[in-house]
Amino acid sequence: MVLDVQWAIAWLTLSAKAMTEHREELIELDRAIGDSDHGENMDRGFQAVVAKLAETPPETPGAALKLAAMALMSKVGGAAGPLYGTAYLRAATSMGDATELDGGALATALEAARDGIVARGKAELGDKTMVDAWSPAVEAAQAAAVDGPGPVLRAAAEAAAAGAVATDPLVARKGRASYLGERSAGHRDPGAASTALLLKAAADAAGETLPESPE
Amino acid sequence: MKKLINDPRSVVDESVEGFGLAHADIVTVHPEPKFVTRKDAPVQGKVALVSGGGSGHEPLHAGFVGRGMLDAAVPGAVFTSPTPDQILPATAAVDSGAGVVHIVKNYTGDVLNFETAAEMAQAEGIHVRSVLVNDDVAVEDSLYTAGRRGVGGTVLVEKIAGAAAERGDTLEEVTAIAERVNSNVRTMGVALSACTVPHAGTPSFDLADDEIEIGIGIHGEPGRHRISMEPADAITDRLLGPVLDDLGIQDGDKVLLFVNGMGGTPQSELYIVYRRAAAILQDRGAAIDRSLVGNFVTSLEMQGCSISVLRLDDEFTDLWDAPVHTAALRWGV
Repeated sequence: MVLDVQWAIAWLTLSAKAMTEHREELIELDRAIGDSDHGENMDRGFQAVVAKLAETPPETPGAALKLAAMALMSKVGGAAGPLYGTAYLRAATSMGDATELDGGALATALEAARDGIVARGKAELGDKTMVDAWSPAVEAAQAAAVDGPGPVLRAAAEAAAAGAVATDPLVARKGRASYLGERSAGHRDPGAASTALLLKAAADAAGETLPESPE
Repeated sequence: MKKLINDPRSVVDESVEGFGLAHADIVTVHPEPKFVTRKDAPVQGKVALVSGGGSGHEPLHAGFVGRGMLDAAVPGAVFTSPTPDQILPATAAVDSGAGVVHIVKNYTGDVLNFETAAEMAQAEGIHVRSVLVNDDVAVEDSLYTAGRRGVGGTVLVEKIAGAAAERGDTLEEVTAIAERVNSNVRTMGVALSACTVPHAGTPSFDLADDEIEIGIGIHGEPGRHRISMEPADAITDRLLGPVLDDLGIQDGDKVLLFVNGMGGTPQSELYIVYRRAAAILQDRGAAIDRSLVGNFVTSLEMQGCSISVLRLDDEFTDLWDAPVHTAALRWGV
């Protein structure tokens, strides 16, 4: 599988599908420790991304992600809008005008995305946020970079899924769940859960099959 | 879920549209991107105040748009902050050249979206200052939380800073007054029942008939801890104690006492809370010079209340008394 603009479009389209399919589940996770809006906002945001892709078809993976970033920033709201918007924008900038991405370029783009989220949200690993899914994904992607883009995507998706599960016992220190203190433990972070779904969509778009996600 | 709605996805659109029709003498509603401005905006030479946040807290913020208070309000989806593509045009629409103050409740989403919009506005040559409201004593302000939330005190910041802008204060002066109000007001809230976000369809948390949540925010998020139901006086003591301690209220202080309903509690019960709070303040030797009782910063149909105390000085009192003409607060006009 070549990671070109067709892959990027497929990724974003599958992301939109995943957000619709998992809308209720993300709302339910957010209901437990937040304010019940994450699934709704992500679904609305990615429907806007798909509409934009149809309106002005991009010509490079970077252009596709930049378009997604703008749509997410203007349509999602909450903390997720600026955070995912920044992530996709940084990844797009990292990809530049390249028409195809190799494993190294992809791992670097994922790292740029994670760094953007950390810069905006100021969360650290272990704060029970989407960073807990992104950071292991970036590390796994870097380790798999020499094996090519397919293995990078697979490794990132698997690590993000495991990272999301690993937020269950954590006490939140950033975002709305932090107001709950100890009571936030025992629930999965909704942002980490949506990150795992989005990175799985990236692997799916490249035809990489993943083992059943851990629960 | 029983609600007076047509479609969960059109709740904000239809509600804001109705608000615009009902108060056409005070505001103009801009449908896409969505924001509400005062009818005569931009007011020449005046610093403009813009606030916003998730919907579901009505009358906050659109109900406070008008002479003597906000120049624009930017409503997001229910309990979701608005986006920069709304905040930026709202900011531009009310700027007369004298600058704009963003009044932002301290929630991660609101802060990030207003921060982005402020950067974009600065790039367009609009002078923007941001004031964070973080009056909620239920949250410890530490490295381990997102910081104290902005809750009931927001109304007091908007009223007093709005009056300062109306009397002709500069951008720096209005910003300083808003910050000074914020640092002199504290709030704590209680929920007797959860609320149901229309698109979620189920209550935001499960609370047994005999339980209450102490230290709630305004988004239907659970509070700090849960206790068994108690008489109003005991609950009032629990809320007001931390507020007065944190603020360091002493003998001789003058205060504004604000008992705010969360949307589903009758005014009569708010006055029962007020009665007890007034007695406690009297015991402390504080004089209640001004008061406000009613549903102003709500969480949809949640039952419960918050108590805010603002330490007054002569300037705050004058600005509080200054004329205001909005949908939700109106006096002196």
